[in-house]
Amino acid sequence: MGTSSPEALLICEHCDTVYRRRPLARGEVATCARCGAELERHHAMSTNAMLALILTSMIVFVQANMWPIVTLGLSGQHSSTTLWGVIIAMWQEQAKVVSVLVAATLFFFPLMKMLLLGWLLWFGKAGRRAPGFVPLMVALHRLGPWTMSEVFVLGALVAIVKAHTYFDVTADPGIYAYAALTLLITIFAGVDLRQLWDDLPERTA
Amino acid sequence: MSALPRAVDLGLIACTTCGLVCRNVPGHPQLDGDGIDDAMACPRCGSTLRRRKPDSYARTWALLIAAFLMYIPANVLPIMRTASLNDIDDNTIISGVVELWVKGSPDLAVIVFTASIVVPMLKFLALGTLLVTARRGSSWALVQRARLYRLVELIGYWSMLDVFVVALLTALVRFSVLSLVEPLPGVIFFGLTVVLTMLASMSFDPRLIWDGKDTDD
Repeated sequence: MGTSSPEALLICEHCDTVYRRRPLARGEVATCARCGAELERHHAMSTNAMLALILTSMIVFVQANMWPIVTLGLSGQHSSTTLWGVIIAMWQEQAKVVSVLVAATLFFFPLMKMLLLGWLLWFGKAGRRAPGFVPLMVALHRLGPWTMSEVFVLGALVAIVKAHTYFDVTADPGIYAYAALTLLITIFAGVDLRQLWDDLPERTA
Repeated sequence: MSALPRAVDLGLIACTTCGLVCRNVPGHPQLDGDGIDDAMACPRCGSTLRRRKPDSYARTWALLIAAFLMYIPANVLPIMRTASLNDIDDNTIISGVVELWVKGSPDLAVIVFTASIVVPMLKFLALGTLLVTARRGSSWALVQRARLYRLVELIGYWSMLDVFVVALLTALVRFSVLSLVEPLPGVIFFGLTVVLTMLASMSFDPRLIWDGKDTDD
């Protein structure tokens, strides 16, 4: 065996210090004594609760993408947009790099993250590893910081204030859906998904 | 702090993808090596095991310099054009902040200033400092430097704010001749700056901070 039983040891990713793992109490966070980085935190949420949150996030995500975000009015004319309106507009305005960035960080990556989590947790609920567990867990890890819905909410706020000087601005339901999505993302930020590796051990057939 | 053993001294490697603690096993197809030049794979997730991120100094420097080169046109060139019937106004990042401060709300101006100017500058200075001090094996302010790195990682992606603002305004303000917003090349350079600085901070290995000569005293 090349692995010294995964439950026994813990290595700080930020400074390489080795620790003996000990069970954490509810809500407890283990931090590195050398560099202060977080080592591990206790999972307060059950798989079912996480699955419910993921489903909620998916519904809210669909709404956030279908409903218009903001409407502007200028002398009787109105103009509103959705996220895809933004992506298409940037593509047409010769800012294709920005268009791709927006599509990836606000649509494709968050969508992938939710679908991956939903898939993994659905099987995890029954204590099983989902088909493709290993590559999907790796993919989930790689997605890391590349989802930026919460930055977009702040961006929309700034855009509203900027536009307010010249136009009549109405906030549309899409922005509220985005705000709700941000809240859900914040809840998920506190969950250490790596625990799925330990929670769902490989079945030796 | 000799009571705190380091993985590098114990012949252990933590998988950076799944966190599994692995031990070097001579003769094992996947776990024979020192994790520096040879290919070792994590038995649990299959990712390459490495003691330290590969070529961390070179990669981080390269990405950081590239990001800085992009940051210059991002600030000099206008990022957005506002055109109305008889008036064309080109905005740079900083003029957008000033406009918010004067016409809109000073608090949002502070937020945009932080996201677009302070955060990128902080990343250049912080990562530059970390690279230089870690290379020297400096034992100066170790804990603070470790904290600085975590801060850079945490706030990095918020710089995308201005890019999203321009994108949203472009899509919204389309009143034919009456009023029109167009993105200008500055915003592309700025978007690239953000992506490159994020890649730079990801390729820096914070463990290098602690690899100096006298970190174990």
